[in-house]
Amino acid sequence: MSTANKTIHFTLNGRPVTAEVAPHHTLVELLQNQFNLNGARESCAQGLCGCCTVLVDGKSVSGCLYLASFADGTAVDTIEGVADGVALDPVQEAFIEAGAFQCGFCTSGFILMTKQLLDAHPAPDDDQIRHYLAGNLCRCATYPEIIRAVKLAATKRKTVTA
Amino acid sequence: MNAITPTPGGQVGRSIPRLEATSKVTGRVEYVHNLRLPGMLSVKLVRSTVAHGRIKSIDVEEALKVPGVHRIVTSEDVLKVIPVPYYGPAFHDQPILAIGKVHFVGEPVAAVLASDPHVAEQAARLVVVDYEELPAVFDEVEALKSKTVVHEQLKPAGTFPDLKHLHGVRDTNLALDFQLVHGDPAKAFAEADHVFEHTFRTQQVLHVPLEPYVSVAETDGNTMTIHTASQSPSFVRLEIARLLGWVENRVRVRVPFLGGGFGGKLYIKLEALVAALSLITMRPVKLALTMEEQFYTLTKHASTFRIKSAVSKDGRVTGRECEVWWNGGAYADIGPRITQKSGFTAPGPYDIENVKIDSYALYTNLPPAGALRGFGIPQLVWAYESHTDLIARELKIDPVAFRRKNLLRDGREQATGTVVRDMGADACLERAAELMNWDAPFDRGSGTIKRGRAIAVGFKASISPTTSVAVVNVAADGSCTLFCGTVDMGQGSDTAMAQLVAEVLNIPAETVRVVHSDTDVTPYDMATLGSRSTFHMGHAVRLAAEDARAKLAALATEVGVAPGSNVPIRELFVRKYKMQAGTIVGTGSYIPDYTSPHQGTGQSANVTPFWMVGATGIELEVDTETGHVKITKMINVADVGRAINPKIVESQLSGAAIMQLGFTTTEKMEFEGGQCTNASFADYKIPGFADLPPTMTNVVVDANQHNGPFGAKGVGESGTFGVSPAYANAIEDAVGVRITTLPITPEKVYRAMCAARNEPLED
Repeated sequence: MSTANKTIHFTLNGRPVTAEVAPHHTLVELLQNQFNLNGARESCAQGLCGCCTVLVDGKSVSGCLYLASFADGTAVDTIEGVADGVALDPVQEAFIEAGAFQCGFCTSGFILMTKQLLDAHPAPDDDQIRHYLAGNLCRCATYPEIIRAVKLAATKRKTVTA
Repeated sequence: MNAITPTPGGQVGRSIPRLEATSKVTGRVEYVHNLRLPGMLSVKLVRSTVAHGRIKSIDVEEALKVPGVHRIVTSEDVLKVIPVPYYGPAFHDQPILAIGKVHFVGEPVAAVLASDPHVAEQAARLVVVDYEELPAVFDEVEALKSKTVVHEQLKPAGTFPDLKHLHGVRDTNLALDFQLVHGDPAKAFAEADHVFEHTFRTQQVLHVPLEPYVSVAETDGNTMTIHTASQSPSFVRLEIARLLGWVENRVRVRVPFLGGGFGGKLYIKLEALVAALSLITMRPVKLALTMEEQFYTLTKHASTFRIKSAVSKDGRVTGRECEVWWNGGAYADIGPRITQKSGFTAPGPYDIENVKIDSYALYTNLPPAGALRGFGIPQLVWAYESHTDLIARELKIDPVAFRRKNLLRDGREQATGTVVRDMGADACLERAAELMNWDAPFDRGSGTIKRGRAIAVGFKASISPTTSVAVVNVAADGSCTLFCGTVDMGQGSDTAMAQLVAEVLNIPAETVRVVHSDTDVTPYDMATLGSRSTFHMGHAVRLAAEDARAKLAALATEVGVAPGSNVPIRELFVRKYKMQAGTIVGTGSYIPDYTSPHQGTGQSANVTPFWMVGATGIELEVDTETGHVKITKMINVADVGRAINPKIVESQLSGAAIMQLGFTTTEKMEFEGGQCTNASFADYKIPGFADLPPTMTNVVVDANQHNGPFGAKGVGESGTFGVSPAYANAIEDAVGVRITTLPITPEKVYRAMCAARNEPLED
């Protein structure tokens, strides 16, 4: 096991931070062990389920495969940074109102992907939603409710920006 | 809230969002996986590489050289802290770490501990285990007669009366033979106009909750705390106390939210091992399995079901013979219960006067099998509803009309001899037929796209007799807290239970706080399984809330408040205690009536407190050039009694049906010499967005369970029942081929179509 640790600097949910990481540490490990952010979760460990989704410089990555040292100099955003204090984001509100989760283990990833989806397609149709979110899995299979949540979030966003 | 003027609560039947919704959308909800304790050691397991063998040696020398390794533990070390380290709910057959022998590929043999999980993992790879391989048996039907025996001697736990006779029995793989005889099946077959016989099989699949199994143990040597992703905290406490030779109150089991369970996280999974490791090291110990390791932990029983029916000229089923082999894998887990409980309903929701059932729980050298969303029922419905359609087709009777003619209706005896009540099979069938527009003309497709449709109905008895206990506290400001051992693994039980408290106490459900399983404070609950919680815990919660309400009324009287007055609760406390002080504690305990089935005939006047029914209708297209199947419409109907939270109920039905669609079309554990060869999401395909039918309708029939809490009963499994046979039946309806094994892949359909036109493909 290599012990050539490296000090990295990055922005985490809008705040500059510093961390010491080993070459084999993943971004999820870094977030959990050094920042107590548990919302990105390792599940399949192969980048196939989306539970570990975090945004690096605004783009979604699989935090279970993304090496922590690569975060050096980037802006990392996690589910914990989506709400503004206790004020929820419209996407979070929509997920609650549509009942778009059961156990909640995959929810962080779905919400981050939905934000990214709505940035790219402000009024997505069913096919766009299914296609865009196809890389995220939900074993409780709350998929129909997620589709409803995405559409509801799109409406909420429009209302907010209008 | 005021205690004196109970008005209709209106809380039951509200579709409120989950109580914990905000914590789930902000990523801050508590799972065991979040827990990191100071000084904690992580564990990586060394697992068996052979399906059946004697352990000749375990060489840890190289592994111990890895810098940072704290300790490597084998069964020798475990035996020093737990002299008889075998556990299980039905049989005490599973060792904490393999002792002398291994019984399946993936069985834990040694545990490597280190502060850094990467160090433990690296060292675990360097442990060398030498085995003397033994012959292995994998097939459930073969296991019944095989000379290869998985366990030399049977060790029933003593908990269940129908397993006691198996104590000490040698040289068999049979862990339970459930038999039922109703009426005179031999006579029915002798007099039958038609006899139909088919055999259906199901494959090994598994739960794969996205939160893999995880447990943490910490001990001071006198008490033990286990934080675990478990559906059965009370059982974990009992079983760990038994293993340690401690009294129950020295063991504390805490369960926060679960990232899915589906029947996997029941009984003992990692808890006994982390308990032993924490005692051996006197450090907090965490074991978090990887997704791959879930494939070596628990599966759903593969099964073989031979079903035979006697049918009269006019299409009445007069006799049925069911023989079911359950592939239990290397350890019994709850398999013998599945064999018995699902055995009750093997003939299906039909009014059949003469029935014979043989249901066999079998050991094999595969990973252990247990409960998975249906407790054996989906395997049975798959067979009997496929069989039902085959008979109807053969007799040229419309499959819905054939079911209607034979359906088991309220007031009639089920195969166990129990008279059914509030079963709703007829209501579900009729609603499904209506939603499918069954009587309207159906477009059969054209060219290479052929269309078909079908409906299937399944039913289930509850798991009885089981106990739930609850406590409702009312604080001096009137706020309420429910202490409840039901584990919320995503099914929404916290919310439903809060609604029941709120209904009784006439307060908004959102204001009720639910304290999760912590055996130091939450009372006993048998487990969160088999769709039992809404009914059993629901009653306990209702009773606890009613007790609290009665005590509040007594307090009001005591402080001189007249009945019917509108004095707030906090005022009652202030009048009595002269300040904001005191607590009202309401308790409730519930166990339903039950009559154990007679050994040998399986007959019982009261085999279950309630029945669950689920029906599925599917319309689909088959591409005759490729065998690809596309569902164009799916409807799921269930009798759940009265829905406490209609939106969550709908989500349960929908989720269950989609999950079963995975078991029907893509999911299959592949084995080679007992080794699972597709233990990852790359090779084991669970349903995703691309697999979602374009339209799905999920509805409950208008119903009231006469003995349920506010008319409610279980819902978690009902959506799974009809899916697999509806899919297979619709395929036959479309292209005339019958698939009798799951999963139904495009290749299987295409091969069957080729075979049907006498052009079979080579293997």
